[in-house]
Amino acid sequence: MKSRHKKLLVIVIGLCGIGIIAALVMNAFRSNLVFFFTPTQVANNEAPTGRAFRIGGLVEKGSLKRDGVTAHFIVTDTSKSIPVSYTGILPDLFKEGKGVVAEGRLENGGFTATQVLAKHDENYMPPEAASAVEQAQKAQKTLVK
Amino acid sequence: MVPELGHFSLIVALLMALIQSVPPLIGAHRGNATLMALARPAAQGQFLFVAIAFACLAYSFVTNDFSVENVARNSFSQLPKIYCFAATWGSHEGSMLLWALVLGGWTMAVTVFSRHLPDDMATRVVGVMGLVSFGLLLFLLTTSNPFVRLIPAAADGNDLNPLLQDPGMVGHPPMLYMGYVGFSVAFAFAIAALLSGRMDAAWARWTRPWTIVAWCFLTAGITLGSWWAYNELGWGGWWFWDPTENASFMPWLAGTALIHSLAVTEKRGAFKPWTALLAITAFSLSLLGTFLVRSGVLSSVHSFASDPTRGLFILAFLGVVIGGSLALYAWRAPRLMAGGGFTWFSRDALLLANNVVLIAALGSVLLGTLYPLLMDALGLGKISVGPPYFNSVFVPLMAPIFFLIGIGPLARWKDASLPDMVTRLKWALAVSVAAGLLLPLTLNGFNGWVTLGIAASLWIVLTIIIGFRERMKYVGGTFLRQLAGLPRGFWGMQVAHLGLAVGVAGITMVANYQQEKDIKMAPGDHTELAGYSFTFQGVHNEDGPNYRAAIGAMDVTGFGRHFTLHPEKRTYNASGMPMTEAAIKYSPTSDVYVSLGEPLDMAGTWAVRVYHKPYINWLWIGGFMLAIGGAIAASDRRYKLARKTASVASDTVTQGA
Repeated sequence: MKSRHKKLLVIVIGLCGIGIIAALVMNAFRSNLVFFFTPTQVANNEAPTGRAFRIGGLVEKGSLKRDGVTAHFIVTDTSKSIPVSYTGILPDLFKEGKGVVAEGRLENGGFTATQVLAKHDENYMPPEAASAVEQAQKAQKTLVK
Repeated sequence: MVPELGHFSLIVALLMALIQSVPPLIGAHRGNATLMALARPAAQGQFLFVAIAFACLAYSFVTNDFSVENVARNSFSQLPKIYCFAATWGSHEGSMLLWALVLGGWTMAVTVFSRHLPDDMATRVVGVMGLVSFGLLLFLLTTSNPFVRLIPAAADGNDLNPLLQDPGMVGHPPMLYMGYVGFSVAFAFAIAALLSGRMDAAWARWTRPWTIVAWCFLTAGITLGSWWAYNELGWGGWWFWDPTENASFMPWLAGTALIHSLAVTEKRGAFKPWTALLAITAFSLSLLGTFLVRSGVLSSVHSFASDPTRGLFILAFLGVVIGGSLALYAWRAPRLMAGGGFTWFSRDALLLANNVVLIAALGSVLLGTLYPLLMDALGLGKISVGPPYFNSVFVPLMAPIFFLIGIGPLARWKDASLPDMVTRLKWALAVSVAAGLLLPLTLNGFNGWVTLGIAASLWIVLTIIIGFRERMKYVGGTFLRQLAGLPRGFWGMQVAHLGLAVGVAGITMVANYQQEKDIKMAPGDHTELAGYSFTFQGVHNEDGPNYRAAIGAMDVTGFGRHFTLHPEKRTYNASGMPMTEAAIKYSPTSDVYVSLGEPLDMAGTWAVRVYHKPYINWLWIGGFMLAIGGAIAASDRRYKLARKTASVASDTVTQGA
């Protein structure tokens, strides 16, 4: 009987431990999720203001301006666009007119990026950027109709 | 002609795989020796034909045969020959062919080194591997044929992705695949055990060296991949918690748990169903990794043009393998009877705790990797889970492992004494905690992560020393003779654990004390970082074999040293793709890392990134020590003896024992 009680105790303690750990993990998970928004969604105020998120689209042609190692450019999904600033070295495949995904937050009416994600291949478009442009174009088509 | 020969060989190999699997498995079930005898020669034939196919593709690449679509897409006439050869596995099709070749190679090895296994066991193992080969070859032939011709032939190729033009490309994929695919052997052993209902200490003794060797390759492959990322990506990072990295890390965690639970199954006959489940899990995660990386659902350097039929095929294959083996497990595992009992404080229990920690950590990585994909697939929005999640969850979850590593090897099987353990280890614990607290104070003020990392790694080192001292008491002779007298299994374990300590120390130092600066520099400009002074000397142009390069010169002085680093910015001729080549001054205690961003004006001003990375090389040294430790352990004498006595043992083994 005694050993059975002991076993039960071990199981109960184990389950409590697992429960606490799972709760902590889920909490960390939820607070570190980074959501993705298209420039149109950002323009419609759907994006959070106090939290980091990702945007994606095309770098507007002729919009890249440099100020030391800070770069300013405009990301567009062909319908709406958003000014982005990034301090640091841009990835190799960052180019005007090409797809881009940036992570950061909204500050003073613009998007301050902490990270600009590169694609790894010249012909490859980040899926997030591609879907942002696709969604915007779909929305425009339905408006025309 | 050569590509057609390769294509034909692949078809023959597919048929061979069928002969290797179906009749022998039926034969093993019915006890028909004639059918069982087909397994070995068919497996060897299968390997031969896959090897011919691979050689044909490699030949097409090396001879620049641009009438083959795969070659035209991934090679280039000006590409150096070594990269032409490595480009064989630089594409989706070629890398899957390499997968098949490696699987054939492992099967071949099993047929050669299984002479002393009971016949039905060896047949089942080879048969199960044949089924996996069959699925893979069918995938290659139906969705990813590497030998498709391009008519008319291309005048020149599109070039290999410049990121892949690195010595790392020659070693990283084959190493990683040797590990991934190597787990298929443990998987096949587990399935064979479930089919026969026989899983005993002898079974564990056969499975263990195979699993350890596969794990060694995977460890070396991941380490090499991390080193490659550090060198080539130009961001100075060594681990990004990128889904593709996680894809290789998850089988590694499962494999690590497996080699530890195999130890218990071998020594104590316990954890049998659990060990079988881990073997299935490790290989399933390898397949999942292949699916994630190769199907194009992830955007990264590893994913090629995505093709939905491929993703669907791999997903279906994954479903059959995982679903089938889990169903078999649910049906047959109750037959595997439990071994001897043990108390809550014993080596058995500590190894169980090790497994719990590893699997919990694996679960956290799996959640962070798959959840975004699942959400996206269900159309619930695009999200990503970044490094902060993994750092704040994975690190604390893994922390108990370091403590366990210290106690586990010193505890007795079945029942150990806690007070005894406390008297043996109290000094080691006190010294490591004190050092962990003091070190950050002397450097930069209190830092809990540094305390944890340094205390953990010192704790491992001290307990290893205690382990050696205690074991050497039982071996006679001089100090050196005592050392040589210890079994290789013990040596291997300690070298691997020491590797972990070295790696953890490196990670702790570089993660907490690295410094970086992105800065605008004109020729003659000057900057300081971490006690080094950097003077930019400007950039000049130079031509490489298949690229043009802007090569910078950065004079660095500090700590009595003076050197010049030459970071490059390359533009590849065929693709026009730009590429950063960082310049790194390596040293055992710190790296100085310089890379070029982009030109900011016509006067030769560049955006430049300078890094100081203390102790980063310890990371890779630690990784390779893990692999070397595994190799030493796998060469232990008792596995050779196990092979010799296996035929004798098999006569005395009874069903379900």
